Amino acid sequence: MTIYSMQVTFRYDFDRPSGAGRQLFRIMPATIPDRQTLLDVQLRVEPEPLESSHFTDFFGTQVVELVMPPGLTRLELVLEAEVERAALDSGLDISAPLAQLARDIAAYRGLDPAAPHHFLAHTPRIPAVAEIAAYARAATAKAVSTREAVEMLGLALHRDMTFDAEATDVHTAPAEAFALKRGVCQDFAQIMVGALRSLAIPAAYVGGYLRTLPPPGQPRLVGADASHAWVRAWCGAEIGWVDYDPTNACYALGDHVEIGFGRDYDEVAPVLGMMRLDGNQAGSHSVDIEERPLTPVAPPRPGEVAITLPPGPHARLARPAADPAAELGEP
Amino acid sequence: MERAASASGVAASRPGHSGLGLGGYAPPAGVTDEMIGPDGRLRPAWAPLLQHLAALSPEAMSRALARADQYLRDSGVFYRQYGTGTSTERPWPLSHLPVLIDEDDWAEVSAALIQRAELLELLMADLYGPNRLVAAGHLPPALVAGNPQWLRPMVGIKPRLGHYLHFVAFEIGRGPGGDWWVLSDRTQAPSGAGYALENRVATARAFPDVFAAQNVHRLAGFFRDFRDTLMNYRTDSDARVAILTPGPLNETYYEHAWIARYLGFTLVQGDDLVVDHGRLMVRTVSGLHPIDILWRRMDGDYTDPLELNGASRIGTPGMVSALRHGGVTMLNALGSGVLESRAMMAFLPKLAPLLTDAPLAMPNIATWWLGGAAERDRVLADPQRLVLSPALDTGLPFDSDPPPVLASSLAPGALAGRLARDGAGLVAQELVTLSTTPALVEGRIRPRPFSLRVFLARTAEGWQVMPGGFARIGATEEATALAMQRGGGAADVWILSPDDVPAVTMAPPPKGPFRRTAPGALPSRAADNLFWMGRYVERTEDMVRILRARNMRYAESGRGALPLQEAMDALLDDYGVTPGDAAIPAGLIHTLSLAVGSAAQIRDRFSTDGWSALTDLEKTARRMSARVVQGDDAARALSALLRKLAGFSGLVHENMYRFFGWRFLTLGRMHERAMAMTGIMARLADPAAPAGALDLCVELGDSVLTHRRRFSVSTTRETVIDLLVLDPLNPRSVRHQVDHMTAQINELPGAARHGEYSELGRAMLRVQTEVATATPESMTTDALELLGERIAALSNLLTEAYLR
Repeated sequence: MTIYSMQVTFRYDFDRPSGAGRQLFRIMPATIPDRQTLLDVQLRVEPEPLESSHFTDFFGTQVVELVMPPGLTRLELVLEAEVERAALDSGLDISAPLAQLARDIAAYRGLDPAAPHHFLAHTPRIPAVAEIAAYARAATAKAVSTREAVEMLGLALHRDMTFDAEATDVHTAPAEAFALKRGVCQDFAQIMVGALRSLAIPAAYVGGYLRTLPPPGQPRLVGADASHAWVRAWCGAEIGWVDYDPTNACYALGDHVEIGFGRDYDEVAPVLGMMRLDGNQAGSHSVDIEERPLTPVAPPRPGEVAITLPPGPHARLARPAADPAAELGEP
Repeated sequence: MERAASASGVAASRPGHSGLGLGGYAPPAGVTDEMIGPDGRLRPAWAPLLQHLAALSPEAMSRALARADQYLRDSGVFYRQYGTGTSTERPWPLSHLPVLIDEDDWAEVSAALIQRAELLELLMADLYGPNRLVAAGHLPPALVAGNPQWLRPMVGIKPRLGHYLHFVAFEIGRGPGGDWWVLSDRTQAPSGAGYALENRVATARAFPDVFAAQNVHRLAGFFRDFRDTLMNYRTDSDARVAILTPGPLNETYYEHAWIARYLGFTLVQGDDLVVDHGRLMVRTVSGLHPIDILWRRMDGDYTDPLELNGASRIGTPGMVSALRHGGVTMLNALGSGVLESRAMMAFLPKLAPLLTDAPLAMPNIATWWLGGAAERDRVLADPQRLVLSPALDTGLPFDSDPPPVLASSLAPGALAGRLARDGAGLVAQELVTLSTTPALVEGRIRPRPFSLRVFLARTAEGWQVMPGGFARIGATEEATALAMQRGGGAADVWILSPDDVPAVTMAPPPKGPFRRTAPGALPSRAADNLFWMGRYVERTEDMVRILRARNMRYAESGRGALPLQEAMDALLDDYGVTPGDAAIPAGLIHTLSLAVGSAAQIRDRFSTDGWSALTDLEKTARRMSARVVQGDDAARALSALLRKLAGFSGLVHENMYRFFGWRFLTLGRMHERAMAMTGIMARLADPAAPAGALDLCVELGDSVLTHRRRFSVSTTRETVIDLLVLDPLNPRSVRHQVDHMTAQINELPGAARHGEYSELGRAMLRVQTEVATATPESMTTDALELLGERIAALSNLLTEAYLR
């Protein structure tokens, strides 16, 4: 069990007054039973938005919706949060043999957010790519269990790809990054999601943060100074979802703080709207997340507006308790 | 039976009279025909129509058909045909003979389709609610989770009025056994209801006597009830009902504009709308106005680039947010396209008893989703008469892309391979053999396959079925030729009653004393288009006048005439026109097409006559450009164009309701005219202008007679400036434009608050004062140029204040 104290900052400067309009922010750490709890959170926005509200999307991610006034010259968002993260371990491989996975998927009924069915089809953002599919087949040729396949693929990508923040941007297609063999966590994750889907392994794209300072004696993880992304694969009825971080070639356990997951980047993008973190405009984004004793979150400074969001738990990875099928009976 | 026999006798005994050759009418073997029963006899409902047709001489027949076509042309009914990268407007392909259906037969069709609409409503409520059907195994999860039409952001958002579906259509056809089958469910944003009404009007023009003598169920009541239902849904009388269209480049934009005009709803595009604190609003020249009911005529995922399809350029950021906040009622609910997926039809027969407690009253085409091993084996065992197509495709069976593949046309190995590889992405459907109905083909009656689109609207009394519909008639005997994009036609559908049917009008007399309703606020985009249409039409006129003057002087040669020619060329150059090009230069036609383009954006606010006059202008100019030569010939042609322009202006001036729309159109015209006149005067009334320039000013200002009457002395700079710039009584003068613009601007919303003028109002007043206090002496060329700049700036201020 680790408690993280984190501060996430988005800063934008506009050359000329901008009609930034409506924006969606997916930057809130999630609350996930037995894994992660959002203890306290505060979001400060400057200048004051015309409208602010929040909602939970289909996959359970908290979304902050802001409407900014016209004529913006700068915008600053500061998220401060305390998050408790369970120290998980990857455990025994009780995942389904690859040959049995399709049956496990078929046996899963329902379309709750954790259902594997959402994550089988390719999307416009992560389309089918023949080269990636061939690579995936080759990399997992020796795998017997589904989790083995996930790990082999992740290790292979980590070995064959170079982390390079200059080579790609937020719009780079997986095929292009794969051809370059370069990219950032978004590229690593998108390629791996596409590769897993080509193997008929349900795979989700996960957005979140990494602890900035490693525990003593351990190396600093790659991608820790900004929002991070990794992969979630469904490995059978027994074990369910497994989180794997191809950028660091490790299971995403205690060092990762999750925001949410979706079928591709678009469903967990930190910012949606006219502003994007694509490096083409004057914007900066910093993440500061470290292990800390619990301290109260700072009150808003003058001129800032604090938006308080409910940290309450929401069912994300757990199936709904009651069996809804009961009412209609079996076919 | 007696009637049938005698009618058949009539047709048979005089087969050659109109050259229709009914004797040769032979439906393909094994196919049901609408006109000829299985016993080979004429069905009784057709007797009056056939008797009428048989009695027509070939000339009378072609006159009858021409009346219908003329009506469609005059109303501007067209459809858009798509080629590779291009699209063109085509005349409406009316198949003139209506499809006749007996009232009793229709009652069964209606009841069955109402059941189906209810079934789809319940299915929709489950797919966007608890998803019990998938959880219980009644629907395969892949069909929903992998379906791009299933919009996850809409899951859990309950429609404000409790219903997801309000206006749906079903494509149905009659099989070989004579029973009706559903070919396709249209739940996204079905089109065709407006076209059905146009088909009705046109067909009734062709055969007015038969139409009047038969008891044909009227269509207007259906529209009226739906309109009243939507109007009653509004939560306050200030809010409005709007139709959301993707815009003029859409295949069915004509219909969107038509229905908006017919029902009195506001036609809006995505960027007309804005979401404000959870409410959907339309930008108007009077500020934001709430929209309570939005009838969507575009695909759901394009409506919100923020939460749905990020690539959409025609949506409204925040649309889903407004729905989440209950700030608008959308019909149909976003995401209803999922019901159209072809594979859904494989499961509806099983879902019907589960959800509606009854089996499907009308079957749909037999469909198997090939994600299951049992279904794949079935296809492999007997691939005859089965077609394969994408499971999640929403196209019509005869209009899908890629075209369906006959399963038996594949080698058994290839078929097995395809099913194993991509079974979940495929459906197998039984090959459709549609019944035939008579169509006129090259002057003869021929059997052609047809399908029928039937429309259902939810009203306060529940689902209502339009008594009629939109029939597609095949271009050939092949069922695949039904698509209009492939040459198919459209026909009216008459539901015949043995008894009198009541006449229906759109507007029943209201109860209580008469109260005039306030005119609605004008959407900013519409105002913008009206303003620019006014500008382009006036600009055309200004160009035509200069070109005419130039061509009238074409014969005058010699060095003396050259400087004046050059002065005119400089004026034309300001408009981007090179007069050397042609007698009717391309720049002129381009300006006219911009006027037509602006008008096309606001078809719902435009009378049919106005539209015809404007498009006629453009066509005439194009025709002329092909054959007119420079000189007198061109001058005559340009005079003809001027008269047509005057005709259009007259139509607008005499007929347009004097409210915001008219004001913006007028402002556009006056603004353009003021700009043109200051430009002409700055160039041609300059002391250094060539000889004859002052007379040319008077000619271009269309003030020759006035000038002669007002000033008996010769033309001087002073007389010309006075008449064309300063005289408020001359409708061509700058002063006249400026005075009237000032008056119009003062009538616009927010022009002045507590006596304080808006920025536009102040700028306008400064210009008006300047012109009103000037003298011919003070109006130097420099002063004219400065005035021109100030007038030009008014357009930007107006845009800033009202048109954004």
